[in-house]
Amino acid sequence: MTTRIDRRMAKLKAEGRPALVTYFMSGDPDYDTALSIMKALPKAGADIIEMGMPFSDPMADGPAIQAAGLRALKGGQTLVKTLQMAAEFRTSDNETPIVLMGYYNPIYIYGVDRFLKDAIASGIDGLIVVDLPPEMDEELCIPALKAGINFIRLATPTTDDKRLPKVLQNTSGFVYYVSMTGITGSALADTNKVAAAVKRIKGHTDLPVCVGFGVKTAEQARTIGANADGVVVGTAIVNAVANVLGPKGEKTADPAEAVATFVSGLSQGVRSARLAAAE
Amino acid sequence: MDKPATPNSFRTGPDEQGMFGIFGGRFVAETLMPLILDLERHWNEVKNDPDFKAELQNLSTHYAGRPSKLYFAEGLTKHLGGAKVYFKREDLNHTGSHKINNCLGQILLAKRMGKKRIIAETGAGQHGVASATVAARFGYPCVVYMGATDVARQSPNVFRMKLLGAEVRPVTAGHGTLKDAMNEALRDWVTNVEDTYYLIGTAAGPHPYPELVRDFQSVIGSEARAQILEQEGRLPDTIIACVGGGSNAIGMFHPFLDDRQVRIIGIEAGGRGLDGIEHCASMNAGAPGVLHGNRTYLLQNADGQIMDGHSISAGLDYPGVGPEHSWLRDSGRVEYVPILDDEALEAFQLTTRVEGIIPALESAHAIAHAVKIVPAMDKDQIVIVNLSGRGDKDVHTVASMLGMEI
Repeated sequence: MTTRIDRRMAKLKAEGRPALVTYFMSGDPDYDTALSIMKALPKAGADIIEMGMPFSDPMADGPAIQAAGLRALKGGQTLVKTLQMAAEFRTSDNETPIVLMGYYNPIYIYGVDRFLKDAIASGIDGLIVVDLPPEMDEELCIPALKAGINFIRLATPTTDDKRLPKVLQNTSGFVYYVSMTGITGSALADTNKVAAAVKRIKGHTDLPVCVGFGVKTAEQARTIGANADGVVVGTAIVNAVANVLGPKGEKTADPAEAVATFVSGLSQGVRSARLAAAE
Repeated sequence: MDKPATPNSFRTGPDEQGMFGIFGGRFVAETLMPLILDLERHWNEVKNDPDFKAELQNLSTHYAGRPSKLYFAEGLTKHLGGAKVYFKREDLNHTGSHKINNCLGQILLAKRMGKKRIIAETGAGQHGVASATVAARFGYPCVVYMGATDVARQSPNVFRMKLLGAEVRPVTAGHGTLKDAMNEALRDWVTNVEDTYYLIGTAAGPHPYPELVRDFQSVIGSEARAQILEQEGRLPDTIIACVGGGSNAIGMFHPFLDDRQVRIIGIEAGGRGLDGIEHCASMNAGAPGVLHGNRTYLLQNADGQIMDGHSISAGLDYPGVGPEHSWLRDSGRVEYVPILDDEALEAFQLTTRVEGIIPALESAHAIAHAVKIVPAMDKDQIVIVNLSGRGDKDVHTVASMLGMEI
């Protein structure tokens, strides 16, 4: 079964460039603004959208994404509304893959079967659930695969060659390589090390490998994209939203426009990535 | 959910996946997974290693002061006029609580694993102090994460940690309590994977922590069981302990779980009452969910967002509980009941006056339940309360609750 993710990745491979995977926090700072941000992403050059599902206790996230999640929850965001937002997006875009990213508890409380059914109905293509390692595959990964939703796994610098096959076993869509040990938004790791790690993972799988954690600029996107199938940018996009919010959360400029401007720059970075590889 | 069938033994968990029934597990980011598997390997090596046991035994005796006494609380017994009340005196341990039992065990494990740096989370500061203590004793740098609210209400412990050479990092996220401190400790660990040992203070978190913390704390119940047999010639009718994350309680309960005639009661923080949200009674008013690496009862809303809760006692101010307690609750072996802030405060004052013992506010919750049930029991019955810690750290909180200035 091919998914929107598979089709998009195949298309980009044919074009000879890496994917730009953009993360935004659904509901940040409110539902309507977040939906307008989501709609602006593909136009600005995003190839795949990661929708953050806000959680009260995001243990793997740095201060920027923690704050974005809290703004979203304060704005009344719930998992029900996140799925609704995806469904609204799908009425005008049936091609751009959507990956939900977050933590397990809201899904567990929603109910795994009900969640998968509603996620498919809302046009969700993949899931990244940070606190579900392969040891817990029976919880959601296997049911998601059976339902036809990609379960995208994180591989990290601590995932050695012995462990990689276990991590890759039930992974589909793409592999998300976390460039360093740490929380989201930390400093970018040494690009040579990242390139070597991507090569190592590719030795174990035919799936595309996207790299994230720490990519903040177009230049970094270009450099990382030279050796990866995709570049994931999250914290920097979330910051673009935060930068146009005042101390009381009031908007000082249009967040969707701020995000679009920033993502356009990133997009130029990944589009010249293969030139970087040839240099 | 079906009630699990009564097992032949309540002491066999967890299984190989780290599960107690549906509870427990390893819900952590991939970055941490290899570390947790490595910890499990080392733990399996040392838990039956006579050298490790001997080293821990030696430290427990000469450094921590074990065995702790089982004390017949004659003053309280007379005052209540029912069953005989005994206190298991964990408050007399070095550093003033049961927390040292677990810290000594884990620091030896960290040493075996060749780790260079210790991190810990703390609520009341008792675990922070115990961690800073063993780090000082074994020459490790130590960072303790502590909610900013707790830093303010447990200032004597903050100062003790600093004296012991630990760095205390206040955490301002959420309500600034134990849950937030644990998030921040996990963020540190995921960043410093090479050299850092995460010394979890309670019987919660990803497998194997709930098991290893329980095993290090089970010395409490093992001693108490032998001591009551020696002093009274029989097992107690009831044992009581307070439950935050639940490490003192699981340590007290575990050796008694298969003594079916012993009634076992865990006390949750009822705060200002279970009607609202100002309590930490996750097993009485919460639902199963996934947080901090394990599935367990949690205070949460309909969207699966974790609530902050409230308790007068910082050590019970946690919206979850160790997974084995959740399993013991569902299996019916242990009863879990709430005690309100005011009831704990009364028990705190009563114990101070009739026993000359200032209990920790956490332990005062357990005493408060004894105060409720003991008068209706026969005089030849026996109740053991785990006095998990001493209350010196709480005098500022109590003074302000009573409207006094010190």
